[in-house]
Amino acid sequence: MHGLDFDIAHMLAGLLVLVSLAMLYQDRLYALINVLALHALLLAASVAWQAWVHDAPHLYITAAIALGFKAIAIPMALRRMIFRLGIHREIEAVVGTGPTMLAAIALIALSMEVMLPVTAGIDPVSREDIALALSVVLIGLLMMVTRRNAVSQVAGFMSLENGIVLAATGAQGMPLVVEISVAFSVLIAFIVIGIFLFRIRERFDTVDVEALDAFRGDRV
Amino acid sequence: MTGLDPLAAVLLVPLGAAVVLAVLPGYRLLSRLNVLASLLAFLCALLLFEHRPSPGEYLMVDDLNVVFIVLNTFVGFTTSVFSASYMGHELRSGQHTPGFLHFYHALYQVMMFGMNLALVANNIGLMWVAVELATLTTVVMVGIYRTPASIEAAWKYFILGSVGIALALFGTILVYLAARPVAGEGVGSMVWTVLITHAAGFDPALLNVAFVFLLLGYGTKVGLAPLHAWLPDAHAEGPTPISAVLSGLLLNVALYALLRFKMLLAANPRALAPGPLMTALGLLSLIFAALMLYRRRDIKRLFAYSSIEHMGIIVFAFGMGGPLANFAGLLQMTMHSLTKSAIFFTVGHITQAKGTQKIAEIGGLTETHPLLGWLLVAGVLAIAGLPPFGVFMSEFLLVSSTFARQPALAVAVVVGLLIAFAALLARLTALAFGRPRGLNNPVHASTLPIFAHLALVLLGGIYLPPALVAWFQHVALMLG
Repeated sequence: MHGLDFDIAHMLAGLLVLVSLAMLYQDRLYALINVLALHALLLAASVAWQAWVHDAPHLYITAAIALGFKAIAIPMALRRMIFRLGIHREIEAVVGTGPTMLAAIALIALSMEVMLPVTAGIDPVSREDIALALSVVLIGLLMMVTRRNAVSQVAGFMSLENGIVLAATGAQGMPLVVEISVAFSVLIAFIVIGIFLFRIRERFDTVDVEALDAFRGDRV
Repeated sequence: MTGLDPLAAVLLVPLGAAVVLAVLPGYRLLSRLNVLASLLAFLCALLLFEHRPSPGEYLMVDDLNVVFIVLNTFVGFTTSVFSASYMGHELRSGQHTPGFLHFYHALYQVMMFGMNLALVANNIGLMWVAVELATLTTVVMVGIYRTPASIEAAWKYFILGSVGIALALFGTILVYLAARPVAGEGVGSMVWTVLITHAAGFDPALLNVAFVFLLLGYGTKVGLAPLHAWLPDAHAEGPTPISAVLSGLLLNVALYALLRFKMLLAANPRALAPGPLMTALGLLSLIFAALMLYRRRDIKRLFAYSSIEHMGIIVFAFGMGGPLANFAGLLQMTMHSLTKSAIFFTVGHITQAKGTQKIAEIGGLTETHPLLGWLLVAGVLAIAGLPPFGVFMSEFLLVSSTFARQPALAVAVVVGLLIAFAALLARLTALAFGRPRGLNNPVHASTLPIFAHLALVLLGGIYLPPALVAWFQHVALMLG
């Protein structure tokens, strides 16, 4: 893979990191979900491009799942949920946007520092993909720890998952990629549609995870 | 594969049972079938000692995982016996609907399937999927009571558990990347038996980074400090049979995954030695959990912290490595599984009798419920590491072998063990002796599984059969 093929793959992966950063400064739930859908859309494009370039048709399935499930179905479900629960308000963050963005930039630098030297031996596409994927994973983690709202924690987790799918498709010829992305999507569906938001809502009249703290009782 | 293949049976029995349990009516039938299916899986697992299929692309049985599978299915079986009487009591006190019981029993078997699959997987991707499946089912089981506290516990478990499995998957991808240039593209580079034979040629730097991710990822599931935060909540808020399975089995499954990757690293002379990382995390968990035992007010949380402590000891032992420390680690793991699940069985009946999990409201058990009270005393003495129980034996082996190599570390381990010992004993006197406190509901306890586990632990401390010793020694050598 060389020239334009490589540049496009690289650009799509880079855009994914950029959208991850954009997710961090969203302060409305609807906006956050739109950005999340864009994130999944970019992932689908990136995976489909890898499938095209490497002539690996099974990756089209992964791309289709990313598109249909993560870019369309889940955001729609989340939007409906927010509408029905009447929680379309501002997101409360534990840490302000400024420090979070700085932390995210530091995490990107960290993942480049860690991954690029150790992957010197493998081909450049895998190499860039893995490094960028790690940035997406770490930013997803950052988002999960800096948000209190259950919906934004789910969004953080989904972006983290997108990062892992990017890494898995970047590792050429990796078997089980399709299976893994299906397993992950089942996991997400399970949570999102699932039990938690409804149950949390049912019991507390809020999806703010902070409200759960009162019930911890005896803890560390 | 023939229809009599025990390896396939170990997987298909729980899976088939899950389907049947989801549709059949009647509580008694459900719990009996659950016991029957678990017994059948255990018997099939025993057959694996004799009849061992050659490793395929997805499944395999070797000397290491057969120990884990037999232990897993055995504790799964005894827990199903306990679960039958525990759930019977809950049903009589009118807490559950029949739909709940279908859900519970079917999930129990799905969870057993997930754990068995993770243990027999010959493919690091499949192993990851199986661990994820087992985790997801336990998340649902923890939240099954739908109380605010149990939802909080399940949410926390879900978030931390999925971050853990996500990191583990990233590590798995990196292992594939390291293997690809040597073992070739495709399924081959994820097959365990292929990986271990080619490990010496892998890129060491990539393998190192992969191991760090795997240690953090699977380490979260093992419950190592500082990644343990989900564990006490999950143990305290779910049904007690699930606490027993979590402590006795799921932690072992995650540990097994960690051990596999440790072997991979050890097979590459240029990669970093995984031992020091594991000993450091193990020791940290031991000391931290031992201190945490002091201020616990909830009886199930108390024993959950004790599980963190013991997983710390076990990971420390495997981190030290060498035939003797590995032997101690294997023995400690077996003894901990048996003892801790026996304790949770006892605690389950006690909390039903007392109607509370608060330590302050439970007292004088040896007077009000002599059988349960004394069984708790025996269980806690065993887990605290007193002779003549098996835990003493393995801890003694570990400390003495560590003294010979790293005296300073041995001192730290002994200090941790003593702190935990004092804490457990202080709690035990309040629970078992003194003036009776709290409610005294009648409870139909099934003490058979508790007796069976404690008898095995006692046997482990007094007389280990030579065949078992030889087997463990052989596995200890394999682990390097």
